[in-house]
Amino acid sequence: MKTQLTALAVAAAFAAGPAAADLVFPSLDYRTGPYAPNGIPVADGYADYFTLLNERDGGIGGIRARVLPCETGYNTEKGVECYEATKGQNALVYQPLSTGITYQLIPKASADGIPIHSMGYGRTSAADGTTFEWVFNYPANYWDGASIAVKHILDLNGGNIGGKKIALVYHNSAYGKEPIRTLEELSGKYGFELTLLPVDHPGQEQKSQWLQIRRERPDYVLMWGWGVMNQVAIQEAANIRYPMENFIGIWWSGSENDVEPVGGKATGYKALALTAPGRDFPIYEDLERYVYSKGLSAGAGDQHGKVLYNRGLYAAMLAAEAAKKAQEIHGVSDITAAQMRDGMEALEITDRLMASLGLPGFAPPFSVSCENHGGSGRAAVQQWNASSGSWSLVTDYIKSESGVIQPLIEADASAFARENNISKRCN
Amino acid sequence: MIYREAGDFKTNYREDGRTFPIRFDRWAYFATLAVAFLVVPFVINDYWANAVLLPFLIYAIATLGLNILTGYCGQVSLGTGGFMAVGAYACYKLMTGFPDVNIVFHVILAGGITAAVGVLFGLPSLRIKGFYLAVATLAAQFFLVWLFNRVGWFYNYSASGQINAPTRTVFGVEVTGPTTSAWATYLFCLVFVVICAWLARNMTRGSLGRKWMAIRDMDIAAEIIGVNPLGAKLTAFAVSSFFVGISGALFFAVYLGAVEVGEVFGIQKSFLVLFMIIIGGLGSILGSFAGAAFLVLLPVFLKNVLTGTLGWPTDLAAHIEFMIVGALICAFLIFEPHGLAQLWRLTKEKLRTWPFPY
Repeated sequence: MKTQLTALAVAAAFAAGPAAADLVFPSLDYRTGPYAPNGIPVADGYADYFTLLNERDGGIGGIRARVLPCETGYNTEKGVECYEATKGQNALVYQPLSTGITYQLIPKASADGIPIHSMGYGRTSAADGTTFEWVFNYPANYWDGASIAVKHILDLNGGNIGGKKIALVYHNSAYGKEPIRTLEELSGKYGFELTLLPVDHPGQEQKSQWLQIRRERPDYVLMWGWGVMNQVAIQEAANIRYPMENFIGIWWSGSENDVEPVGGKATGYKALALTAPGRDFPIYEDLERYVYSKGLSAGAGDQHGKVLYNRGLYAAMLAAEAAKKAQEIHGVSDITAAQMRDGMEALEITDRLMASLGLPGFAPPFSVSCENHGGSGRAAVQQWNASSGSWSLVTDYIKSESGVIQPLIEADASAFARENNISKRCN
Repeated sequence: MIYREAGDFKTNYREDGRTFPIRFDRWAYFATLAVAFLVVPFVINDYWANAVLLPFLIYAIATLGLNILTGYCGQVSLGTGGFMAVGAYACYKLMTGFPDVNIVFHVILAGGITAAVGVLFGLPSLRIKGFYLAVATLAAQFFLVWLFNRVGWFYNYSASGQINAPTRTVFGVEVTGPTTSAWATYLFCLVFVVICAWLARNMTRGSLGRKWMAIRDMDIAAEIIGVNPLGAKLTAFAVSSFFVGISGALFFAVYLGAVEVGEVFGIQKSFLVLFMIIIGGLGSILGSFAGAAFLVLLPVFLKNVLTGTLGWPTDLAAHIEFMIVGALICAFLIFEPHGLAQLWRLTKEKLRTWPFPY
């Protein structure tokens, strides 16, 4: 009898759960495995922002937002399982936080009519909205990142880097290989010498790569790393006394978790940044009041103000703003995934909007259009100071060289369109 | 009671030599096949296909393959992930190179190419055994993954090194690509599983299987009674790799659709398949299926119970899931070292005499 009652209660709970109309934001996050140190802050920030919206504003346009967490462990098979498990629950947008899973989901989600927002990762050519109707990667992509890093190096050298040596230490996966095409192009244009040093998953073993760097003494080292690989690389760079200010990571290789384990020797390490670091923003007062003090923070609640936590907030903010836009366009509050897509395509982030959200100066303005799903392609360079334990922006938001990148994006997108018989949109 | 063998007589050698000599087993086998072919396709949805049944079926083929090599022929291999990668990349190159040829032939050809690669890496098995062979196959694993990562030709020089399965059809029904329906992919894999299992079962019952088992039990004795170790070991490598290659091709083309070699076919895949045959039972066809089912279904089941029903945080559930699966593996190895297949063998023995054991 008792078991029957329990079974009934469980069944009732199941039936009652999804019935309430919510705006569902699946969070394919990873709090376990070798990428967990980086996965946790992003997932926490993503969840906390929606909690804030629910607690402070009663949701988005009067409808509560529901974050649907699903642990992927950065593993594509689990990512597929998570996608299949959550897509039926009116999922509005997927942010897989893994380039491998993004590649996996691009065809599936496009067929199912659910947008994907791979913010600063995933398939670079998805910036071409004429081919990739359901995929967005604003505000910047890997090729932007490569170009911005090279531009920064150009600035440091008075515009001439002919004959300089630049090494790329990269995660030997789709993610790490993304910038190579752009860097090769730029190397031809500016006459620098490019050395490629792949690091295999998960990246704990990098002795040989850094031995080579020690031998060849490249003038600059770029890094496309993630998870434990970042810490190991920065440690190895410190071990061979590589000048840290010449070591520049992509925005996924520049969080506190990456530099703190190395201690004082990490001072001077640079990384690109999509948003400003730190917690000197009015939104943190609201978070404190509506989320943290009520004990509603996601996870252990120890990531507030970290770079990747801010990244999670930013990702959630962009999703929420797109949802608002979609509600505005379609005049309904309970939007569908297809309407969400329209909202994302009409998204316009201005300085005024950012200020009204409590994030003045947090990130550069950009807008999305039918043709351009990639945003403005701007990022800043931030530098680590171990004694104060903080990142600080050392440049303005640099715009990538679209003259180099746009033809590459168009070529790759056209190849994808040909392979998959996609006809171009937006005309 | 369950096994009523009264009246189950055999009057000729043909009947005596059947795969399932007991009538009840035969019926259960046909009933399972009937359910799998006639019922499941009508009730299956995307979640069941992509999260549960496809991985189970595809891992079952890989497990059959490795079981032939390790379970039947006694050659330990840690190269399964690499051989699956060969199947996947062969299938990709064939799919993109010959788009007009039916995908069925591509999958079979991918198996054939993997068989050739398997034989090549099986050659050292003639001179080295046991742990040393395991290390040699480990080298194959790392070499193959490195090769597919390094040489652009294998991934058609795509910017990211990923391979993506284009849409292909069988009898006008899409089986690969993004817009497939659940039942089509399921049936496509099921047909391969049934054929592979049938082949494996009959090969291991025949003279080839007996040679493999002779080599496994004692290679010197086998050589003395006239088994050619070269032939036996290399056929084991070939047949095993053929199955593993088919599973790799299906894994890429039908199940995932996009693959990155280091992540999907890494060393952990080799270990996973090895655990499957150890838990399922070395040298058993049923064990191959049981092991694949155990390691595919259990984590999904636990995840759904812990996060779905009990509402635990996802990270806690993921950690507990590791612990439970790990503990169960240890428990199995301690209490039933011969795997789930042996567990079933013992149960069946008891069931046949139940309720009047003697």
